[in-house]
Amino acid sequence: MKYDVVVIGGGPAGLGAAVEAKKTGAKNVIIIERDRELGGILNQCIHNGFGLHEFKEELTGPEYAEKFVNMAKENNVEYMLNAMVLEVDKNKNIVVLCENGVNYINAKSIVLAMGCRERTRGAIDLPGTRPAGVYTAGAAQRFMNIEGYIPGKEVVIYGSGDIGLIMARRMTLEGAKVKAVIERGSNSSGLTRNIVQCLDDFNIPLLLQHGITYIHGDGRVEGVTISELDNTKNPIEGKETFIPCDTVLLSVGLIPENELSSDMGVELHRGTRGPIVNNKMETNIDGVFACGNVVHVHDLVDFVTKESRIAGKNAALYALDKKAKQSKLIQTIQGEGVNYIVPQYIDVNCEDEVSLLMRVKDIYSNKKLVVKCGDKIILEKKRNHMVPSEMENIKISPNMLKFIDSSLEVCVEEVDVTMKEVALA
Amino acid sequence: MQSNITCIVCPMGCRMTITKIDDRFNVEGNTCKRGEKYGIQEVTAPKRMLTSTVKIEGSVLHMLPVKTSDSIPKEMVFDLMDILNKVRVNAPIRVGDIIIEDVLGTGVNIVATRSIQKIS
Repeated sequence: MKYDVVVIGGGPAGLGAAVEAKKTGAKNVIIIERDRELGGILNQCIHNGFGLHEFKEELTGPEYAEKFVNMAKENNVEYMLNAMVLEVDKNKNIVVLCENGVNYINAKSIVLAMGCRERTRGAIDLPGTRPAGVYTAGAAQRFMNIEGYIPGKEVVIYGSGDIGLIMARRMTLEGAKVKAVIERGSNSSGLTRNIVQCLDDFNIPLLLQHGITYIHGDGRVEGVTISELDNTKNPIEGKETFIPCDTVLLSVGLIPENELSSDMGVELHRGTRGPIVNNKMETNIDGVFACGNVVHVHDLVDFVTKESRIAGKNAALYALDKKAKQSKLIQTIQGEGVNYIVPQYIDVNCEDEVSLLMRVKDIYSNKKLVVKCGDKIILEKKRNHMVPSEMENIKISPNMLKFIDSSLEVCVEEVDVTMKEVALA
Repeated sequence: MQSNITCIVCPMGCRMTITKIDDRFNVEGNTCKRGEKYGIQEVTAPKRMLTSTVKIEGSVLHMLPVKTSDSIPKEMVFDLMDILNKVRVNAPIRVGDIIIEDVLGTGVNIVATRSIQKIS
């Protein structure tokens, strides 16, 4: 089988990219999805808060997914379900295992949209026995919202990421007792609105600077030992407490799923753990693009959709041989206070505005984000409040890029007095 | 009467203290007008959207996700959960279909948040 554009993954990133590739003029576009339906993790995210940017209304996950699945069908995007990509090579030959056996597909261009995976108990070396009842928060979410099973009655949640907070509320609503959310850091990694609406509303305690030091139970979880942590994140002796429970949910971070990418030679970034991309969302391999959580973990699906359009459009242009000639690539560099920036490279002759998406390292109040090229300041943006859990976005216009000859650095800096006056004026 | 709440209007998450003096509310700790408005609503008549699932028969899937068409008084959330846990619907269902009309006399409907096909 031969296709113009093959999209690996049928979640929001894959759907957005496929629709855009079709709209840009690619003749045949196919999505390969390993689940039994399109939509990805959105199908299990039955809570609302999706789509405020994209559709200007507050939708639940399944509603957001259905809108995109319908768009894909209207645009004649093809798709394979229950299909797993086993291998992709540099010549864009794809090996797919599906219901009727092994299939070989050749693509003119590829969009990687495999999303991310949850970190597990093994990934965080959580000591104790190995009873049943320890789940990742996303697995528990699938059991409850799709399969219709409640994974336990008395729950301790480890990690205060958004999925953990959402699950604290969901399990409480369905009659379970959530005893506590345990967080190692001194701040929650979840959004404030989720702490208020998922924990405070139900009087669920959030224990900051605490860790689980042991999981107890023979056969099934019987409880956890938690301990207060010192500033180096080590347990403080004498500050342990035992909490009886039958279930432990882990919400301890997400990692982009890039086994396929790295096997085919796509270079990954150490900070994001996703492919290194340019402003077209193209990886180091010609004609291989990536978007969504496989590139870096987003906090809003709306931004995934935005990114997927860039990947889908450029994948189609590549397949149609209409790709603009690349002129000069410059690098984006994370400076003081910035954890990572996507894209890592920008073509200085690009025609579209480029969004620099980044995360800051710490919580900052009254600071500014400064974009520099050498000593030259290109752009400054004042920010009243920045937190690592909320992605920052700085837009660079094609006009600004004309004056750039070497790498772009973004850093967090103090707001000086004159800047304050400008902001107040 | 005094309440301490965290504002959720924007990412700043201001901690606000709302004090009732006679018939008026005094909001402290907010940094904008929107925070003041949210704070007063939160202490006078807090409302929430509710999303959950109901059982569905005649489909590959067992659960149909649903939501309230508008926010409902916060204290009604668990009563509504009791109602939803007794509901059974049959496939096919279209997104937006009304599952329960005017639930608990709130004027708010329970609607399906996805389409589910019938098994042929």
